[in-house]
Amino acid sequence: MTHPVDRQYALHLLKEMLRIRRFEEKCVELYSAGRIRGFLHLYIGEEAVAVGALQALTQDDAIVATYREHGHSLVRGTPATSLMAELYGKATGCSRGRGGSMHFFDAARRFYGGLAIVGGGLPVAVGLALADRMQNRRRVTACFFGDGAVAEGEFHESLNLAALWKLPVLFLCENNLYAMGTALARHQAQADITLKAKGQGVPGEAVDGMDVLAVEDATRRATDFVRQGNGPYLLEYRTYRFRAHSMYDPELYRTKEEVELWKERDPITTFIGLLREWKCLTHEDLDTIEAEISAEIEAAVAFAEASPWESVEELAKDVYTPRNAAGERP
Amino acid sequence: MKTTYREAVRAGLREALLNDERVFLMGEDVGKYGGTYACSKGFLDDFGPERIRDTPLSESTFVGAGIGAALGGMRPIVEVMTVNFSLLALDQILNNAATIRHMSGGQFSVPLVVRMATGGGRQVAAQHSHSLEGWYAHIPGITVLTPATVTDAKGMLLSALREPDPVFIFEHAYLYPMEGELDERAGAVEIRQAAVRRPGRDVSLITFGGCLWKVLQAADQLSVQGIEAEVVDLRVLRPLDTATILASVKKTHRAVVVDEAWQTGSFAAEVSARIMEGAFFDLDAPVGRVCSAEVPLPYPKHLEDAALPSVEGIVQATKNLLGRS
Repeated sequence: MTHPVDRQYALHLLKEMLRIRRFEEKCVELYSAGRIRGFLHLYIGEEAVAVGALQALTQDDAIVATYREHGHSLVRGTPATSLMAELYGKATGCSRGRGGSMHFFDAARRFYGGLAIVGGGLPVAVGLALADRMQNRRRVTACFFGDGAVAEGEFHESLNLAALWKLPVLFLCENNLYAMGTALARHQAQADITLKAKGQGVPGEAVDGMDVLAVEDATRRATDFVRQGNGPYLLEYRTYRFRAHSMYDPELYRTKEEVELWKERDPITTFIGLLREWKCLTHEDLDTIEAEISAEIEAAVAFAEASPWESVEELAKDVYTPRNAAGERP
Repeated sequence: MKTTYREAVRAGLREALLNDERVFLMGEDVGKYGGTYACSKGFLDDFGPERIRDTPLSESTFVGAGIGAALGGMRPIVEVMTVNFSLLALDQILNNAATIRHMSGGQFSVPLVVRMATGGGRQVAAQHSHSLEGWYAHIPGITVLTPATVTDAKGMLLSALREPDPVFIFEHAYLYPMEGELDERAGAVEIRQAAVRRPGRDVSLITFGGCLWKVLQAADQLSVQGIEAEVVDLRVLRPLDTATILASVKKTHRAVVVDEAWQTGSFAAEVSARIMEGAFFDLDAPVGRVCSAEVPLPYPKHLEDAALPSVEGIVQATKNLLGRS
């Protein structure tokens, strides 16, 4: 069978998904060892979404993400060293260690968080898109949120406002079926998220979120639609989180069988299977990728371990923008 | 020239829109309707729908969109019709506007200006009469302004737009028709300092916003009775100008704080605590407070008047503090 994608590109997609998987497996280890504290929401199982979706964006586009954003940051290009340091709470972290797992920021890559109140990122994304529109920039703002967010008023308000003003927002819903522990059908009378979007005047479609190529294809089409000035678009990526909601979750709300069933659709192993079928991937390829990732993560951990803490004297730094010598703010 | 508080706000808005093309106004009824308090009447025609944006009744989302637009390089002025509705936007204000700079390690600033009407006294009952600026002053990361004069009504808006971080301006709804003297050259004003509006020697009356005018009237009445009150207008609730408060109290040795909010957990409590911390041994009497009665504000005038701080109440509390009958 001939393969529909370029081999190097396919290997790139695989590597990106594996980077997230291995990075987060290391996070679990470090959490157990007490090196990482606080909340830690893992993306394992959902890697195809961030990897596929971010291929469709340019470096000028903006990203607003949630507390489950390790994958998005890694794929966006924020160095693993700086992300790991952030998880440690070190001063060399991507948010100077102030945010931790839930609050990755990266101004250089237009990564606006890491916003951890469910639904709270959507209005901000609408505003970023408004600023682009008012300044005649052909940028897109990609806003990730989960299925839990569709229960928030801000979801409906933001879709309405973006549609009303025809703003270039990509609403990207990562539907992993559970709002923490409450299944979508247990909290929504209308569980079809694309229908909710249509009700607010936003076109959309559902995509298999376990298939990186399907995610990429749909996101490219959606991004083109939005960039051409047609207003917002919503994608619902149907995906699944293999791990608990956070490190404190006893998972009483779903069965082991259900999790195992979804694991058969693991986005990484199914993609590996596909690449092998296409004769795009050798054992050596995979070994090389794994070795490179392993080295990257080891370096990230070493960097985080060796990094300094922010000085307590700087506790109140950046509550406000610092003033210059004349007492004015820049 | 004589002008109203409303016209002063309007002049500030117009100047801001003319001075900087990144500035735009959005909120409920700011366009076609001309602003609930008519502060942007005619602006839609003058500046167009791109810069004068009527929004849906989605407080959380249009305040959040203001945050996003500010992050994206614009200088939004968001009008939330009244403080009562701002509660629907509290998440965006507290969790995004106030935190993003610190939480991102200083990578992002949010140069957002939010204006809203506040206060009671117009017989609009329990859900439309709140005075919650003290709540907002609790939040680090934002600046809280309470203009009480026409000069501040115009100038604070212009100053707020020069700030790189979020600024919240609380305009007491009772003040819009009030007239005052506005210098034709009046522009941006200092927004880090309290102002002594009336010098005195016997007691410091410390207040802000809509209560300033009641306090000044009370001070006049006290003067007739031989008590010279110094009136301090806080102007800025965060960051609070503690130095001006303490300097006044160290001079008069007595203080009454007047605040339209409910007394429990009020901003008056914060001012009182700062006086205790910084001027305890200068005090000749405990700090007094005049606040609203701890009830939802009722509709009938006689009950509303009984609930809000009054000139008579301020006079009496001051005399009690001085041991005068």
